[in-house]
Amino acid sequence: MTSADNLRAFKRDGRIVIVGASLAGLRAAEALRAEGFTGSLTMIGDETCEPYDRPPLSKQVLTGWVPAGDTTLPRRRDVNAEWLLGVPASGLDLATNHVRLADGREVPFDRVLISTGVRARPWFVESEAALDGVFVLRTREHAEGLQQALAAGPSRVLVIGAGFTGSEIASICRERDIAVTVAELAPAPLVGALGAMIGDVAADLQRAHGVDLRCGVKVTRLEGDDQGRLRRAHFDDGSTVDADVAVVALGGIRNTEWLRESGLAAGPWGIACDTGCRALTLDGLITDDVFVAGDVARCPNPIYEYRLISLEHWANAVEQAEVAAHNMVSGQADRWPHLSIPAFWSIQFGVNIKSVGVPTFADEVVVTQGSVADRRFVAAYGYRGRVTAAVSFNNAKWLDHYRQLIETAAPFPPPSPTPDQPVDMKPVPVDFPGPVLLAQGATVVVTGHDPSERRVTAAQQNR
Amino acid sequence: MTTTEKPDTLLRILDYSSRADPYPLYAELRETPVARQADGSYVVSTYREIAELLHNPHLSSDVRNLSRPMEAVQGRTTPSFINLDPPEHDRLRRMAMRHFGPPHTPGLVTGMEDDLTAVVNGLIDGFAGKEQIDIVDDFAYPFPVTVICHLLGVPREDEPRFHLWVDAIVNSIDYNPETDPKEKLENGVQAREDLRQYLAGLLEQRHGKPGEDLLSRLANDDGPDGRMTDEEILATANLLLIAGHETTVNLITNGMLTLLRQPQMLQRLRSEPGLVVPLVEELLRYEPPVHIIPWRAAYTDITVADTVIPKGSKIMLMLASGSRDPNRFHDPDVFDPDRRDNEHLGFGSGIHLCFGGPLARLETQIALTALVQRLEEPTLVTDPPPYRPSPVLRGPIHLHIEQNKN
Repeated sequence: MTSADNLRAFKRDGRIVIVGASLAGLRAAEALRAEGFTGSLTMIGDETCEPYDRPPLSKQVLTGWVPAGDTTLPRRRDVNAEWLLGVPASGLDLATNHVRLADGREVPFDRVLISTGVRARPWFVESEAALDGVFVLRTREHAEGLQQALAAGPSRVLVIGAGFTGSEIASICRERDIAVTVAELAPAPLVGALGAMIGDVAADLQRAHGVDLRCGVKVTRLEGDDQGRLRRAHFDDGSTVDADVAVVALGGIRNTEWLRESGLAAGPWGIACDTGCRALTLDGLITDDVFVAGDVARCPNPIYEYRLISLEHWANAVEQAEVAAHNMVSGQADRWPHLSIPAFWSIQFGVNIKSVGVPTFADEVVVTQGSVADRRFVAAYGYRGRVTAAVSFNNAKWLDHYRQLIETAAPFPPPSPTPDQPVDMKPVPVDFPGPVLLAQGATVVVTGHDPSERRVTAAQQNR
Repeated sequence: MTTTEKPDTLLRILDYSSRADPYPLYAELRETPVARQADGSYVVSTYREIAELLHNPHLSSDVRNLSRPMEAVQGRTTPSFINLDPPEHDRLRRMAMRHFGPPHTPGLVTGMEDDLTAVVNGLIDGFAGKEQIDIVDDFAYPFPVTVICHLLGVPREDEPRFHLWVDAIVNSIDYNPETDPKEKLENGVQAREDLRQYLAGLLEQRHGKPGEDLLSRLANDDGPDGRMTDEEILATANLLLIAGHETTVNLITNGMLTLLRQPQMLQRLRSEPGLVVPLVEELLRYEPPVHIIPWRAAYTDITVADTVIPKGSKIMLMLASGSRDPNRFHDPDVFDPDRRDNEHLGFGSGIHLCFGGPLARLETQIALTALVQRLEEPTLVTDPPPYRPSPVLRGPIHLHIEQNKN
């Protein structure tokens, strides 16, 4: 049998398992069927409900406008899959091609797609995290619980962490006329993603909307009352804040623990793959039958020096899923690389923030259009003289132009003026918090001497 | 690469004789995606280049940024936002949108569905007993005019007056000093002034009298951007009245023409009412109401498709050609409502994306649905039908049909 015959047979009656039944998993399943895959398809997900959309959870759901249950993702087509929901996967055996479930079941596959995504990083003290009034926000249930807590009219909400999710939650609180304190370790909100210049704009925006914004501080303790209800938070500068709701918005943890014994290059940074979404082994060798998509994937991007980048972006999940699905049922010569320029959006304090490219891959930033004072502008990011990203505040319609500048490695700063000329067009250092904050520590060790016996093994994680 | 190999292609497109079928000429034009014309202006006719320019912040909609003055658009007192750049464009459009769409007025267009259906059915009732029906005069023109008058707060019975002005204005849009009589331009200028005066009279009555119509709401707005000046309100109302008048009529008529030319599609729409949504999108690609953005100005030197367009140049964007570009759409000359990935240029793109697009969509969906349901085996009387003069806002001036008399 030729490989073309094999491929045809696989497309006709092969077995594909998708682990992770959220946005990336669902879109991949739909794309597989659209590509003509008629074999068996199994969807494994740890949540009990069918796939839903997460962006509204920190926006329309929290305002009370949209019930959390109304966020089910629209279907592009019937996927005709077997759904194994409510039980997480606990292991992947690549010697026998089985996914193990936490309840002991084993699901065989010919090819597998991993799209297990990210979960919310919990508060670091378990007993404090368990206090009534302490929330994280990642799932539908989280959003529903937090919405009810906001609807009850708390005297004050404390948001711990001023990234995008934390800032959106603070914005909703102000919209609902609830007093809110935001605590952020960095010098400004959004600074880790967008740098100091935009961070300052975001800080002004929050304060102008009545947020009690405290930067450069760490929350050290959440204190409860006799009934186990949150009543106060303590900061490392000795100050305190009385609050009956706290939202821990400290980012996510990638769901890769279940792959610890799998031999894949999986860890806290995600699962490494090539641009065709094929997973790498711990040794850095490419696999043929294991694919990765969505928040959990860590994919090289040629535009950014082939660095491995993982993105928790909605559009990335969709696009990567489509590429992965295509490649799962295509021969080597017909495979696609996932090469799209990252993009994300946020809405907070009445401002639509949108970005293209990778703003953290930059050394300078310059306002190219509009007015920072009026909170409507575009800022371009550059790295060693070329454009690598752009961020807009209430100016999203121009970003296609900047995407093109990124794709063509156009010179930075972009030279020509536009009709909507900013007051100051001088690039400034982008100024991100040092990488020390992001370091994970040793994750692997290399053993063996002869080229045939050199191997990588995972170091024991201490997190 | 810039070439001027076929400098006459554009002139042939603008010539009235090609109005019924400009598409083969668009294909010829696309052989040179960015074509320099003898007068130093540039014509862009391919999808990706047009889309690129519509998102390029170095392109200006302000006539003052053209190095050569343009008589047809100059000399107006206050331009409307369609002829302005940010930040003025953004401010005025935002202030108008407050009263038309989300987030401040989210339910307006969808809330009009019953009223639109009633108007449409009333017009179709009027077909009774007619030997021949003119889809334009009896239906596709009066329908959107009734709607825009109601929205703006312009008395419907004044239509015969402003109809003449709007016609003269539209006819002057593509004024060419070399080939057209000066009169065409002067009529346009006079009509603009007359229409402005007329609207000014209406506006005067609205101050201090809050009401539901757009003129009243603009005149009494107290939003975060403050209130538009009277001149700004007049320019905005003028724009919306003309646009609400002269575009949807073409979309509905082009739609009916397309369906009458493909009776199996008409039958399909009759039996699958849900098809109307993608069908109207395909119509916006295949037979759009606006064919050309007549001019934009290069604010700086702009490079597109390896051609440098010098600062101050006039740039003409051939939207209808871009939507038929085979490098973007598979089988572009086939009308296929099942087409996926149909990101057409029918409403333009970027910050000047059609303001009234959501209304035009709904109007056309309701109009075509009612027509195919209620007409009995309609057939075209003449094909091609006679066309309006304008190559920019292109559509039939009459579309006569007959029904099965059984």
